[in-house]
Amino acid sequence: MSTEAGTRTTATSSPGRVGDSPLRPDGTLKVTGEFAYASDLWHDDMVWGVTLRSPHPHARIRGIDLTGALTVPGVTAVLTADDVPGENAVGLEHADQPVLASEFVRYEGEPVALVAADHPETARRAAARIRVDYEVLPAVTDPRRAMDEDAPAVHRPGNLVRHLRLRRGDPSVTAPVVVSLDVEVGMQDQAFLGPESGLAVPAEDGGVDLYVATQWLHVDQRQMCLALGMPADKVRLHLAGVGGAFGGREDLSVHVHACLLALRTGRPVKMSYGREESFFGHVHRHPAWLTYEFGAERDGTLVYARATVLLDGGAYASSTAAVVGNAGTLGLGPYRIPNVAVDAYGVFTNNPPCGAMRGFGCVQAAFAHEALMDELADAVELDRVAIRQLNGMREGDRNITGQVIDSAAPVAELLQIVSELPLPPAREDGADLRSLPGSVGNTTHGEGVVRGIGYAVTYKNVAFSEGFDDYSTARVRLEMTGGEAVATVHTAAAEVGQGLITVEQQICRTELGVERVVVHPKDTTVGSGGSTSASRQTYVTGGAVQAACAAVRTVVLERAARILDRAAADLRLDGEKIVGASGEVLTGLSDVLGEDAVEETAEYRHRPTHAIDPQTGQGDAHVQFAFSAHRAVVDVDVELGLVKVVALDTAQDVGRAINPDAVVGQIHGGSAQGMGLALMEEIVVTDGHVRNPSFTDYLIPTILDMPPMQVKVLEYADPHAPYGVRGVGEPPTISSGPAVAAAVRAACGKPLRRVPIRPEHITGT
Amino acid sequence: MRITTTVNGTRHDVDDVWPGESLLYVLRERMGLPGSKNACEQGECGSCTVYLDGEPVCACLVAAGQAIDREITTVEGLATGEGLHPVQEAFVEAGAVQCGFCTPGLLVAAHDLLERVPDPSDLEIREALAGNLCRCTGYEKILDAVRLAASRQARA
Repeated sequence: MSTEAGTRTTATSSPGRVGDSPLRPDGTLKVTGEFAYASDLWHDDMVWGVTLRSPHPHARIRGIDLTGALTVPGVTAVLTADDVPGENAVGLEHADQPVLASEFVRYEGEPVALVAADHPETARRAAARIRVDYEVLPAVTDPRRAMDEDAPAVHRPGNLVRHLRLRRGDPSVTAPVVVSLDVEVGMQDQAFLGPESGLAVPAEDGGVDLYVATQWLHVDQRQMCLALGMPADKVRLHLAGVGGAFGGREDLSVHVHACLLALRTGRPVKMSYGREESFFGHVHRHPAWLTYEFGAERDGTLVYARATVLLDGGAYASSTAAVVGNAGTLGLGPYRIPNVAVDAYGVFTNNPPCGAMRGFGCVQAAFAHEALMDELADAVELDRVAIRQLNGMREGDRNITGQVIDSAAPVAELLQIVSELPLPPAREDGADLRSLPGSVGNTTHGEGVVRGIGYAVTYKNVAFSEGFDDYSTARVRLEMTGGEAVATVHTAAAEVGQGLITVEQQICRTELGVERVVVHPKDTTVGSGGSTSASRQTYVTGGAVQAACAAVRTVVLERAARILDRAAADLRLDGEKIVGASGEVLTGLSDVLGEDAVEETAEYRHRPTHAIDPQTGQGDAHVQFAFSAHRAVVDVDVELGLVKVVALDTAQDVGRAINPDAVVGQIHGGSAQGMGLALMEEIVVTDGHVRNPSFTDYLIPTILDMPPMQVKVLEYADPHAPYGVRGVGEPPTISSGPAVAAAVRAACGKPLRRVPIRPEHITGT
Repeated sequence: MRITTTVNGTRHDVDDVWPGESLLYVLRERMGLPGSKNACEQGECGSCTVYLDGEPVCACLVAAGQAIDREITTVEGLATGEGLHPVQEAFVEAGAVQCGFCTPGLLVAAHDLLERVPDPSDLEIREALAGNLCRCTGYEKILDAVRLAASRQARA
């Protein structure tokens, strides 16, 4: 039996230490087509699994008749909730979602049954022959009505997931200048390109090996063990190649389903969603309804802020509570505000479940606080950069939960940088169609086109917050292979495209002075790496790799010290040599190691965070904050409502750029996703039904939509973090969208309180 | 049905193909060539772009039967010698690859552009690649990669 699955995802690469920009070790495999993504996996004797999903947002299952499916030739298994051997409940924070629906379905697309067959089309056709007898129930699909007394309960005891109440100073204080607004944010999809996929292989010991695209192997394993009724040593996970994630792979997708089918059939089972199913197969960014009010002195200095944030969590909890935590504690942006009242709510509805997506609660809030900051600027007749600089956080300030910002908070500087970057040239008559709103649609040659400029700034927590025990594990091995020193780094931290494996290599080279670093395939045979979320992996797994390297180095230098009869403290490892205090070569690493390998495992924890006070929302909830600012320049065809983003420029403090090229790549990609939410990306849900589950109708930015970007990176090291790093991935997604929205407002002169901004909002038709 | 076709210069005979299968499915699941990707399977994302008799097409929109007796080149066949094709090399070096799921299709589309237009302007690059979605890079480094490949091909 072939066991090649999932192994060709990493290789060794060229030199490069911390601060360099070495190439990705998987780059060559990815450009030749050899890199094994989860959907590429194949196994002798494998069958295909498919999922039957609910067509109703809310219904009671009165019965399921499998006869039609079981009689289809080629079908090897048909499973329902009755076939789940363990707990029929999974979930990231709360185990509230059935593996397969039993009594109720609570959203359109909820998994109800599974089919395995020898061809995916056979499995799909068989699934279509399953007869589910549904009693359709009233659904709650407007989150603003979810907490009404007469609203149908999605779960007992009620539809509230979390209410975060935050009070600081005197929230009832008054101010001479008052501005307020309501903002609505649509439901965004992560739209990673690699669809949910996995290959489950039953093992001779009765367990199962799952090769899967995911963001956190160990949190998947914990949920899978409960659902499969098996111990962790029988449920082994291996990271297959991941085609992007952005939060959409935090919750389980094919995991338990593929394993159930594999264990039932005794054969390897591949499951791979198509794009339409992918829209139903993962959580989305919470749509939000926000009501904000700022009070300020006549010079623009903020006196108070009051805000209410409502997030539609959909049918299951997922990470809604944590998203509410962010939307509440960070929801007023990177500003000094002495008096604050914030109420943030997450509610259950019968809409698609919502959870993690890049920016995690800060994205929705930023559209509100940045639009309102522009209103305040206009009210006190300050320009939009100056109002933000006036109120911007500085190091040493306390944020709205009372937490001291104890490293750099360069809000004013970031704004200054983006405001001084060169502007794009004015549009010329006869401009190329491809540079105009509507592009090659040939909708305008410049008539009706108005330019606008917008600014936005944000801050985002890095890593997990509110007291979560957030850690990562790394195992590093150093040995001589073929006369060359080789370090092997093994973590379970998911590489999803962001470049963590490159960073792991750079840290090993830096700490151990060797050139050749092998990245071990990611799996659950090493301790948890934590989630590839919250911009945390370079910080936390980077810290673990650094610590494991330090432990290896200590063993090697102690051994060298014994051989050389010198103090270990006077020795260093550099370029496969043991060198003394002044750099003199004392002996070779090969002489110290001989045939032995030195292997050490280390865990790294960032400074602890703390729960917030349930009455006041006060507390040191977060470990680190990352700041970014954007300036957007747009051309708007005000007659047709079409927008062309002409420039999207940004400045961000990254603490220390471990890999400067990869940092810029994160900033580019994150900015594109924020722009997408401002202008085009929305899952349209009516009465609990998704109307546009395809890339035909759910639009993400193309290369013609994205403008050139100028990116300025600041490196104010965080003294509390390994190498001084600050998380990079999320801030660009937060500040880019509000800057684009502000630029469109500036061009067309309309308030535009809903994103994504549609043509009819601009034209008023 | 039986599909006989030439992929990357090698003749393939595949039996028992269900007529509803796409060329993409046959390449990925029956010929052991999973390099062309399955991101949308409805012709919107370009991740499955291959050459069909020299024309770039979305393999997901080509019925398996339409590929009979045709010449197909996939990402696996772009490099002709031992090393990478200059377009592949440029994508790696410019940092145009993150998750890489869009990369095979983009490589074929960029390869085709540079065959037709050896020294494209930025707007020509954008128009030529507008059918290829990327979710990771924001496209800036993809533009860099195509410019780099063009400049290297001009020198070669």
